[in-house]
Amino acid sequence: METIKVRDITKSDLKWNIEYIAERCTMCGSCVSTCTFGAIKAGVMRVDKIFSQNIKPDPQNTHKTIPVIKQVKTLANACVGCGMCAKVCPNDAIKPVRNTDDNRQTLMAHDAGPVKRGGRTNLNAQRTLDHIIVGRISQMTDPSLDSIRHTFDVRSPFGRVLPAKSLPFILKDGKLTMAHKAPPVQWIYPLIFSDMSIGALSTRAWEAVAMAVAYLNEKCGLPVRMSSGEGGMPSKLLESEQLKYMILQIASGHFGWNRIVKAIPKMKTDPAGVLIKIGQGAKPGDGGLLQAAKVAEHVQAIRGVPKATLSSPPNHQGLYSIEESVQKMHLSLNAAFGFRVPVAIKCAASATSVSVYNNLLRDPYQICGGFFIDGIQGGTGAANEISLDHTGHPIVSKIRDCYLAAVKQGLQGQIPLYGGGGIGMTGNAAADAFKMICLGANGVFVGKMLIQLLGCVGNEHGRCNACNTGNCPTGICTQDPRLVKRLDVEYGAERIVDYVLTFDKELRKLMAPIGNSSLPVGRSDALVSTDAAIAKQLGIQYVC
Amino acid sequence: MCRIGSIKSKVAFSPSKALYLMLPQQEGHDNSGFAMVMQDLYGIFTPYKDKPLLSLACTQRGAQMVEDFMDSHNWEQVAEWIPVPNDQPGLDIKAMPYYIFRNYDYPEYYRDKPMAEKEELLLDMRLKLREILEKAGEGYVYSFWPDVLTLKEIGDPRDIATYFRLWDDNGCLMAKSVVVQCRQNTNYDIVRYAAHPFFLQGYTLCANGENTFYTKNKEFQKSLHRGYVGFESDSQNFLYTLHYVLHELKWPIEYYKHVITPLPFTEINQREDKDVLTSIRQSLAHLEINGPNTIIANLPDGRMLTCCDSKKLRPVVVGRTDTMVAIASEVCGLNEIMPDRDMSQDIYPNEREVVVIDNDLEVQRWKQ
Repeated sequence: METIKVRDITKSDLKWNIEYIAERCTMCGSCVSTCTFGAIKAGVMRVDKIFSQNIKPDPQNTHKTIPVIKQVKTLANACVGCGMCAKVCPNDAIKPVRNTDDNRQTLMAHDAGPVKRGGRTNLNAQRTLDHIIVGRISQMTDPSLDSIRHTFDVRSPFGRVLPAKSLPFILKDGKLTMAHKAPPVQWIYPLIFSDMSIGALSTRAWEAVAMAVAYLNEKCGLPVRMSSGEGGMPSKLLESEQLKYMILQIASGHFGWNRIVKAIPKMKTDPAGVLIKIGQGAKPGDGGLLQAAKVAEHVQAIRGVPKATLSSPPNHQGLYSIEESVQKMHLSLNAAFGFRVPVAIKCAASATSVSVYNNLLRDPYQICGGFFIDGIQGGTGAANEISLDHTGHPIVSKIRDCYLAAVKQGLQGQIPLYGGGGIGMTGNAAADAFKMICLGANGVFVGKMLIQLLGCVGNEHGRCNACNTGNCPTGICTQDPRLVKRLDVEYGAERIVDYVLTFDKELRKLMAPIGNSSLPVGRSDALVSTDAAIAKQLGIQYVC
Repeated sequence: MCRIGSIKSKVAFSPSKALYLMLPQQEGHDNSGFAMVMQDLYGIFTPYKDKPLLSLACTQRGAQMVEDFMDSHNWEQVAEWIPVPNDQPGLDIKAMPYYIFRNYDYPEYYRDKPMAEKEELLLDMRLKLREILEKAGEGYVYSFWPDVLTLKEIGDPRDIATYFRLWDDNGCLMAKSVVVQCRQNTNYDIVRYAAHPFFLQGYTLCANGENTFYTKNKEFQKSLHRGYVGFESDSQNFLYTLHYVLHELKWPIEYYKHVITPLPFTEINQREDKDVLTSIRQSLAHLEINGPNTIIANLPDGRMLTCCDSKKLRPVVVGRTDTMVAIASEVCGLNEIMPDRDMSQDIYPNEREVVVIDNDLEVQRWKQ
């Protein structure tokens, strides 16, 4: 037996172990060819057995060398637990099993510099929303509505809403008329598909989400909007009617905007909006990150960059204050589309969010069309793990704080609030959205959940989260054409559509018992909490 | 469920008529109080129609505090009616020691000011008096306005009427317009301020039902106007919105319904005035009302209004004769006070309809 070196990586050091039953294996090779991480390989195993066939001891030796599947025991090829091997194995002969007893992999991985990964925080996956119940039910003093029979107006504003006294109304023949235009406001579905770029997602995965959006709008009558992410869009889409469903994102790298600006004269319709990304919940204070492995040719073309790791700066260069941001970015982006398109802003949730919101509410140009706050549980295609796990701010109390700050000034509703980061983490986005709305959000945005509907198996317990590597086993977060083929675009789009239709029904199932036919924005009296600390912080009733 | 009612007449009538309108509508333990706002007063108040009338219920100390305050602010008392109660044993009434209905003349330096300024002063005075009495726990002030009288009390409406001798029809208390309601708050603590009708600067309103957007209405209204106070009842939200739309924004009355029960977006988008309606809906989203309800309101110019929620979850009916129009939650009330009317002319407003009765008792109705 060879001598081991104690620093060598062995199976027990890795977060995921491959459990393999040789007797069931037919050596078809599916698992090895499926594993995109090179975490398993075909090998041979020496099987020596001593046996005796006579009554008297008559030891004999058999010596076999059998083919088996082995786990590769290196950090570079460590199993991520995606379970693709188990999915393709016809005989249930192989599966990854979580090694709950070891953290050496994390420790050792730091040899190669800061650890990077995708997904969402694995340390702060606590669920405040699950301690909140819709507890004010209409009983006898007023009737519950019928979620199937009654009509419901499930729409949220997106755009700068003027106070009533500032509306440009004049009285003409006893009727109010508009003296001039007011800032653009769109009434959209309260579930926004969050900003995942072409680059972070495979073109086909992005296309699946976009297809679902078009279908929901055109066939289901739900005005769902989708943010492009920082990475531009295909020219064909920019020049199509479907642009009206898209919120163009501009982030600190300005990726894709060369192409967008050039397409403006050819646009048949206005986009749904512009979203200025200041920060995101998964990695607040850090810019976007697209690792070179994913900067494929088409990504280079859309973004106008060479093949290299693309690190967006943490700030929009040239902006050093919020007033300047409003004056320069908001105004110029508003101007770019003739003041017909709402321009909103997205920030990572932070202890400073209320200050930012207050500042925007008081801007004299009345030009910010939405405040998107992204909590710590937001997902990402790539980030430093230290950012993912150790920076950020939970979204629930932050939305509430911002709403109440507006209430204090009588400015609620003027800049619509959208909250994201962990919405739908447990699979039920309607409950999460409803509670966020009662706490003061106008709507929510989701990203991670969408790719999970497409087939992503990553979760907040350290499963997969390899979106940054280019090796996404589901073809969603990779630009490798062979892997992208794994994704069935139409099937994925259908799953998203089905989910949103169910979301819509479930939202009504929550609106009906509290007797509301339009969204209960700020109806905190509808909520109770079984956690006294949460109840106190959010200003809702504590119950037990 | 509260039953609500109102009467508007070409001929002045006694409050007993309002009681006859309301009592048949009682169901179960419904009638737990009596509250009315009378407008366009006659009887002993005929000579003082332009003099602000203070309506309050208080203790002896409270009465003194009010007197001192009004004196120190140069208000000059010109008339007073203090009911002499019929305090017979066995009456179901939680009476206050004093009920004061007193006309004042404006302080001298205010007499020539425009009415708009006087209106603000009247509100400030009422709010101050409310604050003083509330802080000391010595009474309640309901209205302070020319030609408007408010009476509210807890107990059985019949007994309250006996106590105030309202059954006597002695001609001292008469009006051409009354908004009335016979229930104290049964859902929460019984507070005199929680009983509708509510009054603010000439606007009177009572509501039958529940406003499930109470919290968001309240949070928004608190910062809209200094007069939007109390919030002891979710029905106050209707009044404050009515006041805000008509008095503050000065929008035509047609837009009130668009604020409290906006049309669904699918319908707004088909209308010519969609820009205006959408702007209203988004700017005043926090004034939208949800839940089952019907309202009856009286406007400063004497017009009376009724409408109901967007799903018609609460009833209301309007009946009329040549000299009188009455509105009630249930038709049995109308049958009691106007049995000979042409019932085929009764109006049951639908969920999108507004009915307004003008001073000539002409009925206007329109769909929002």
